[in-house]
Amino acid sequence: MKKITTPLTEAAVKDLKAGDSVLITGIIYTGRDAAHKRLTDVLKANQPLPVDLKGQIIYYVGPAPAKPGYPIGPAGPTTSERMDPYTPALLAYGMKGMIGKGNRTPNVIEALKKYTGVYFAAVGGAAALIAKRIKKCETVAYDDLGPEAVMKLTVEDFPVVVVNDCYGNDLYEEGMKKYRKV
Amino acid sequence: MKEVKYQDIVNTVAKLCIDSNCLIGDDIINAFQNGLKVEESPTGKDILKQLIENAEISRNEMIPACQDTGVAVVFLQVGSGVKVVGGELFDAINAGVAKGYKDGYLRKSIVSDPLRRKNTGDNTPAFIHTEIVPGDSLKITVAPKGGGSENMSEIKMLTPAAGWEGIKKFVVDRVMRSKANPCPPIIVGVGIGGNFEKVAYLAKKALLRDIGTVHPDPFYQEKEKELLEEINKTGIGPQGFGGRVTALAVFIEAYPCHIASMPTAVNINCHAARHKTAVL
Repeated sequence: MKKITTPLTEAAVKDLKAGDSVLITGIIYTGRDAAHKRLTDVLKANQPLPVDLKGQIIYYVGPAPAKPGYPIGPAGPTTSERMDPYTPALLAYGMKGMIGKGNRTPNVIEALKKYTGVYFAAVGGAAALIAKRIKKCETVAYDDLGPEAVMKLTVEDFPVVVVNDCYGNDLYEEGMKKYRKV
Repeated sequence: MKEVKYQDIVNTVAKLCIDSNCLIGDDIINAFQNGLKVEESPTGKDILKQLIENAEISRNEMIPACQDTGVAVVFLQVGSGVKVVGGELFDAINAGVAKGYKDGYLRKSIVSDPLRRKNTGDNTPAFIHTEIVPGDSLKITVAPKGGGSENMSEIKMLTPAAGWEGIKKFVVDRVMRSKANPCPPIIVGVGIGGNFEKVAYLAKKALLRDIGTVHPDPFYQEKEKELLEEINKTGIGPQGFGGRVTALAVFIEAYPCHIASMPTAVNINCHAARHKTAVL
């Protein structure tokens, strides 16, 4: 089990290999489809981002409402591929990591190599467990998007697995090959 | 005629929405535990342990196991001797869904139009399937269904010549192409027969069975076993990280069909296979 803290340095990303189990501590940002569209539109227009994503990790999540007394509701990962069209531009800008679930398209895997980034998966459906590792949650941009707004999460020992590292390895492909019996 | 009160239906549906999302069934937890015994991948084992812990947190604190608390799919068996008083049956179901999703802090995931995509704000409308049955009771099953696994589902209008081998190939291929997206370990509902619209319903209905139950027809018992073995040879494993436990169960629902047809549908469910039933 590796432990990392955010923001991520280039060296920290290079130390991560597909298949590693990792615990993340620090700040991570949330973003889904609508927020990604806005963030990349801002970059295209050469405007400043509402939050500086250099070295940061974006978590693809749309939490359930928080019960009174909880910082956040259940918050498991959503399917990552919907964000694929926007991802290379954010990596080019300096974002270092993403957390979601499911396969990425080849252009994202290439961009991870080119810009030294990493794609983690959190356990889909383990939303109650994951929420326990989120200590604080505040909306920092695009409030009007409701559950799709960009939130700043303070996390402690947030459990993820490296799927795509910066060397072009892919845990989904390699893991399946290893255990396949057909 | 037996009278069933509108408000009793509302309250029952609300409770079923909350309970189904927060109280993961013993059958699922047992299946995770059995999976731990056969899983060869260390990461896979770790995932199964996390899912058991997740289910415990969810049950103890009454918070949803998954943030995608789904479409409220409601199956009704309405006894022909039942009369709803104080309002309309479907209105009561929708009022119950709205109440349950609000009171239970469940996520509202329904948009009012597929292209204009404005959230309805209360997770209605419910998707209601109704059967009229003999008797004087009203049986309500709420089965919330998440989007990630639903998106991996498919119908194929196979023809009789494809035979069992054709069905097997289609089902296993559908799971292979889904990879990590439906949050494995999955439960696979397979509808065979009927026609285009009927077969999708059969696949969905198949998902209502508890893990560990066997098909009443020994012929399909064998088929379910065969499909489960084939799917668990793919190597996809828990969360798609590689491993033995790709599916926890395969359930088949078959129905008569046209001489020229053999429609087949695969409805994939994530491990948060939620369904709760009440009888009024």
